Amino acid sequence: MAKDGEIDFFTTRFEDVINFARKNSLFPLPFGTSCCGIELMSTLASGYDMARFGAEVVRFSPRQSDLLIVAGIVNLKMAPVLRNIYDQMADPKWVISMGACASSGGIFNVYSVTQGIDTVVPVDVYVPGCPPSPEGLLNALLRLEDRIAKGDTYSQRRERAQSPLLGGSK
Amino acid sequence: MDIRHPVPTIYGYFQEKYGAIWIEEIGKLKESFGDAIENVLMPVESPVDIPTLFIKKAKAHELLNLLKNNYHYSFLTDYTATDEMGVDTTSADAPRFNLVIHLMNLENKARIRIKVRLHEGEAFETLIPIWAGANWAEREIFDMFGIQFDGHPDLRRIIMDMRWEGHPLRKDYPLRGYQVFLTPEPLDPELLK
Repeated sequence: MAKDGEIDFFTTRFEDVINFARKNSLFPLPFGTSCCGIELMSTLASGYDMARFGAEVVRFSPRQSDLLIVAGIVNLKMAPVLRNIYDQMADPKWVISMGACASSGGIFNVYSVTQGIDTVVPVDVYVPGCPPSPEGLLNALLRLEDRIAKGDTYSQRRERAQSPLLGGSK
Repeated sequence: MDIRHPVPTIYGYFQEKYGAIWIEEIGKLKESFGDAIENVLMPVESPVDIPTLFIKKAKAHELLNLLKNNYHYSFLTDYTATDEMGVDTTSADAPRFNLVIHLMNLENKARIRIKVRLHEGEAFETLIPIWAGANWAEREIFDMFGIQFDGHPDLRRIIMDMRWEGHPLRKDYPLRGYQVFLTPEPLDPELLK
């Protein structure tokens, strides 16, 4: 409807409407293993308030969330656990790798540390920093929302590739 | 002010506070243990260091019992090990590991360090009968260095995955010796009983 009450319309694709809904209602699952987790809490708290961008309901169950924020170092012993949590999340799902340790292993190039969580789960957005500032994480969230709107994330590409309706093959 | 100057601990400078006590106590220990005390290193350089006693394995428990019961060193503050591979070049048969035991006297807050030198493959009698808290510390030493403890009730890995091969804090373990497991660590069925 236009502002003067006249009936108005615009054309779009159904997929875009779905993606519009998806990107504005992200349910993050905090996987905070070290100091980046503190910055993540700060981002969620009132000062920076991630709720402004539609990611306010933090769920601590992988079944109820669609955005996995890995904040902190992931040890080799933790890696299968992270993979389990990722597998338990319902599609479509997204991953933000927060901080140097999660993205690349950081300074810990030793026997016990995964050299980046992208060896374990597919990552959509990396946030550099040690730890990243809350603004950095908010920026990553906005970049992720842009990519969700375009359908340019790992989960959506896989969905398209697997769906015969969208031109993919099962 | 010289920033390298050691900062006093909350109990002041150890050297000026406990120096006389240490000399007296170690003198007494030397009398009763004789040759079993291989070496004594008094802190000469740093005023916040503590003395180190090297004790032979066979007499270690007797010494620790005495320190706990007669000298009030009743608190086991730290219990770990070091790998001294290639450090002692004077003899080909030098022991490889040092067990490091830190004790604290709760009466006057003095601390002391006991070291036991162990060859590779040599087992040490567990300290659990003296300090129950030695249980997990010994599991960690076993996990990281592969030192066996006789009489330990539950000598399993405590930090690394139970499927891990090798002991990561040994000097000959490769720094980047990754071992990747695709599934989480399986639960020990014994623990569910």
